[in-house]
Amino acid sequence: MPIKTEDVKWIETPKLGVLDHLYLPAILEGLKTTVFGHMLTPNITVQYPEVQAKMPPNYRGVHRLNRDEEGRVKCVACYMCSTACPAHCIDIVAAPSPWPDREKYPETFVLDELRCIYCGMCEEACPVDAIELTTLHVLTGLSREEMMFDKEKLLSVFDQTVKDGTDPIRTSAGRLGPASEQPKQAPVPGQPGAQP
Amino acid sequence: MDRSLLITILTIVGFMAVSQGIIAYLILLERKIAAWVQDRIGPNRVGPLGLLQPIADGLKFLFKEEVFPTNVDRLLFVLAPSIAMITALLAAAVVPFGPTSVPPSTEYQFVIAPGTDIGILFTFAVGSLAVYGIILGGWASNNKYSFLGALRSSAQLISYEIPMGLSVVGVVLYAGSLNLERIVQQQVEGGWNVVFQPLAFLLFLTAVFAECNRLPFDLPEAEQELVGGYHTEYSAMKFALFFLGEYMHMITTSLMLTVVFWGGWYFPGISTPTSHVAVKFIVFIAKVVAFIVFYMLIRWTIPRFRFDQLMSMAWKVLIPLAIANLVCVMVVREFELSHWLLPPLSIALIVGAGVVSFRWPAAPQRRMPASLEPVAR
Repeated sequence: MPIKTEDVKWIETPKLGVLDHLYLPAILEGLKTTVFGHMLTPNITVQYPEVQAKMPPNYRGVHRLNRDEEGRVKCVACYMCSTACPAHCIDIVAAPSPWPDREKYPETFVLDELRCIYCGMCEEACPVDAIELTTLHVLTGLSREEMMFDKEKLLSVFDQTVKDGTDPIRTSAGRLGPASEQPKQAPVPGQPGAQP
Repeated sequence: MDRSLLITILTIVGFMAVSQGIIAYLILLERKIAAWVQDRIGPNRVGPLGLLQPIADGLKFLFKEEVFPTNVDRLLFVLAPSIAMITALLAAAVVPFGPTSVPPSTEYQFVIAPGTDIGILFTFAVGSLAVYGIILGGWASNNKYSFLGALRSSAQLISYEIPMGLSVVGVVLYAGSLNLERIVQQQVEGGWNVVFQPLAFLLFLTAVFAECNRLPFDLPEAEQELVGGYHTEYSAMKFALFFLGEYMHMITTSLMLTVVFWGGWYFPGISTPTSHVAVKFIVFIAKVVAFIVFYMLIRWTIPRFRFDQLMSMAWKVLIPLAIANLVCVMVVREFELSHWLLPPLSIALIVGAGVVSFRWPAAPQRRMPASLEPVAR
């Protein structure tokens, strides 16, 4: 759509006064900003390997597979995440569930962290909030195989994040499925997706 | 062996060794200041507080591969950085780096060649030869970016040599000598030159920035426009020589600023002619370091000039002002008026230049192609 003529705003160069033509006041002003505005103020560097930056809770990092209250994998192997995934990095093999409250569960659940583009669509697609992206962002490995995260690895990410208290905020969940537990308390304002 | 010769040789060896070490640490200081200004910490991994970083840098330069691009003129390609370094070191030969006294004295003189009667002239003459290093480097590289950088450098250095020389003439008129020790002595007796000739100091300072290729006048190596300018094709120790030359130039000009305008080692109340030599030395070095830090702060304060702005600044502002300042000094000196007339005259000239620039009809705007002109409504 072309810009309308009335939306175009022409800005003229501001007129300079005598002081501006002297240059020196402007240079002194600039030096003041350099020295007192930046040089002597605290710096913002994070000493990375020793100190790790605290990511915002909606950061999209390494995935985790959530556990329910009994420690079972929450996933119901519905394939919605792998269907939504634009990078085709999720590979699920479903099997009949050994538990009475659901039909299927994932026999294997492999997520290729190298292929993933960390878009968060799996998280949005999941009807039972089983897959979530955490704030973990330091991801290294020595081989491609090592970066194929299987079910155990993804569950261990869940255990780790729960232990560290860095649970992610659910950005979008919609209604919870039957396999998902109901929230214990009234939904906290500002945390979308907590309503039943 | 003659004793004075021995002293000279020792001074040269000491000065060379110390100045190279200082340059290495100036590079660290530059990086640190750059980091602080950008709210960062700067190099802090090599040694405590990053203090061994210069050694790591130096080793890297020494062991890097010496790349000779296919079409370079080999002789000139090797010669250019050597010239840049040699001229920078030669220019420092007559500049005091500590307390001095006028020639017939028995004290140790903190200068390689004490009592050189053409001191200032020698520094200017040899210092401006550094442009040959840059031009040869740009030409021998056989690369259009290098060559453009070299061309810019030659135009810039020739232009800024004039206001630099003219601004010092006023000081020389008062000292009655080109000898740098005598200029210091005159300031010990009559007060700092910067008080009496602030305009000359400003002009000299500006010209010196251009001479050192420091921002805001670093057009010969403007990395956003010319890749690396004249040193695009240089690597390893040859590049390091250009770098060392540039920093040596910076030290020399800081020494010059201190000696010519800020009274050398003299500081009323702290460092007087009767003070201990160590006090004088510390005061002198403190002034020099202040100038070097000032160079680095200006680098992060003022953006780079455009080339036409650079040229018009030299020819339309600095040179006329320098001539006007010189005339003022000459009149005051000739008719033996009070030298307290000089500071008001300098300030009047500065303000006058601002007013003239303000009243001057604006230069015609750059014309845009008709298709891009704003539509009249």
